[in-house]
Amino acid sequence: MPDSIPTDSVGLVTPQVYKFDEPLTLRSGKVLPKYELVVETYGKLNNEKTNALLICHALSGDHHAAGYHSKNDSKPGWWDSCIGPGKAIDTNLFYVVSLNNFGGCAGSTGPASINPETNKYYGPDFPVVTVRDWVSSQRRLMDRMEIPEWAAVVGGSLGGMQVLRWAISYPGKVRHAVCIAAAPKLSAQNIAFNEVARHSITSDPDFHEGRYLEKGTYPKQGLMLARMVGHITYLSDSAMRSKFGKSVSNFEQDTAENFGRDLRSGKLNFGLDVDFQVESYLHYQGERFSENFDANTYLLMTKALDYFDPTVDFEGDLSKAFTNSDCKFLLMSFSTDWRFPSERSREIVSDLLKAGREVSYLEIEADQGHDAFLLPIPRYIEALSGFLQRVHQENESDAP
Amino acid sequence: MRPDLEIIQQWIQPNSKVLDLGCGDGSLLHYLQTTKNVHGIGLEIDETNIQHCLDRGTNVIEQNLDKGLSNFQSGSFDTVLLAQTLQALSKPDHLIDEMLRIGKNGIVTFPNFGNWKSRLYLASRGRMPVSKFIPHSWYNTPNIHFCTVKDFDALCTERDIKVLARTVVDLEHQGSWYMRAWPNFLGEIAIYHISKNTD
Repeated sequence: MPDSIPTDSVGLVTPQVYKFDEPLTLRSGKVLPKYELVVETYGKLNNEKTNALLICHALSGDHHAAGYHSKNDSKPGWWDSCIGPGKAIDTNLFYVVSLNNFGGCAGSTGPASINPETNKYYGPDFPVVTVRDWVSSQRRLMDRMEIPEWAAVVGGSLGGMQVLRWAISYPGKVRHAVCIAAAPKLSAQNIAFNEVARHSITSDPDFHEGRYLEKGTYPKQGLMLARMVGHITYLSDSAMRSKFGKSVSNFEQDTAENFGRDLRSGKLNFGLDVDFQVESYLHYQGERFSENFDANTYLLMTKALDYFDPTVDFEGDLSKAFTNSDCKFLLMSFSTDWRFPSERSREIVSDLLKAGREVSYLEIEADQGHDAFLLPIPRYIEALSGFLQRVHQENESDAP
Repeated sequence: MRPDLEIIQQWIQPNSKVLDLGCGDGSLLHYLQTTKNVHGIGLEIDETNIQHCLDRGTNVIEQNLDKGLSNFQSGSFDTVLLAQTLQALSKPDHLIDEMLRIGKNGIVTFPNFGNWKSRLYLASRGRMPVSKFIPHSWYNTPNIHFCTVKDFDALCTERDIKVLARTVVDLEHQGSWYMRAWPNFLGEIAIYHISKNTD
């Protein structure tokens, strides 16, 4: 944490645990007998209970979206650039609720939790979860927290898919849906990348069919590889070029462009070890991730992505899924996102229009690829901020 | 509000669905939302305008009109608006067809190139007219398809489009009996209310 808490930070936060003893029947037909959800909140719920805003996290996210857990934290929550007093998701105006979805590995019940039936780690026995299951659990959390409706549900990527599911499944409970850098369902290419990630985990000798925790180990190499592949898909070619293209060699001075081929030690080693900065960066990202993330959770999260398809109940027609939705939508996409490109967001917009829904859509110019949704890109932040300011103003004018 | 918008709004029914092509800063849609309970969506490409729309709570979609409107269903809106944008489109005739596919009726406004000032400018100077209203030179203008009131009338006849109402105004958006008498000569801005001919 910085020496003093920045004025636009939510500051020190303490997660809370909500226990649910009522069984949850999942999309797969399996039943989760009981579970816990770990939750953080920022800001205050107003007397009319009209200012609650739900954050849905993406693949590797969790409940810790903003602020710091302790003074020793080197970094704030994963969406601190957007959440805080005076920020786009303004905690002076909204009561922000952020949870770790079950199946996760940051405190909510997941594969690394103890299965009450066996008193061992769930591991591979944890049921496969879907976006719909998460939203069902979020719906229960909402009741437990005595929140009658969300002023807005907000999420990017896999989080954006949860936003869509909220709008489809729970009309009357969501007034505004903000869906950023998402897709109506995964493409074959998306699924292919996920499968490479999964295969690298499951083929690691330390995976032990998912029971690695019982053996006191974890598939470090597999997780690293999975994250390295994933990380490439989150960045754009241009983002990598600028990140790893800072140095300019003599013969490149005219163009001042080395295509992101910065060398780690200033020269080629003619060996099979790391030569380029991008390689060592990916190794570092993979290594750091593997130490903090559960491999079984990674498998579940990627499966939830693959399975997401809200049209299954609607004859394959997404517009029919939105027939009963009664919220206003804001969608945003980023120009260099090749994981969920703008065309995918435009598909959703078209189906919302077909269903007669109220929708706004922005295509943000940004070099950072899919990762852009986590970054403070001025036009993106201004748009999100402007939209949510209106949500707040509507709240105020509706107040008795 | 811009006076041409003042005229347009009279042709829009309360509680109707309106699609505004090139909605600018969303002021007309916002006015219609608040005074007529209209359900509106605007299309716009200018980033600043889009932000203005979000700030005032008007639905806005970032979409280039020249790339078509195939994402809109037939008959999904009551009125489709095209205010002061016709002349900047690459295929204006195609867009008008699309307007009348998507909406039950359409409203089009455009600068009338048949106005006496344009005629005088071209006749006396022999150069493309540049004025306060059309402040661009021929090479850098976004306005690539100017037309006159007579041209537009001809297009409507050719495409079997019914003109429900037509009015012309000057740059201050004032109408007068002499403009009504000689619209193509005196009108500076033409405002059309059109629909498909269903007779």
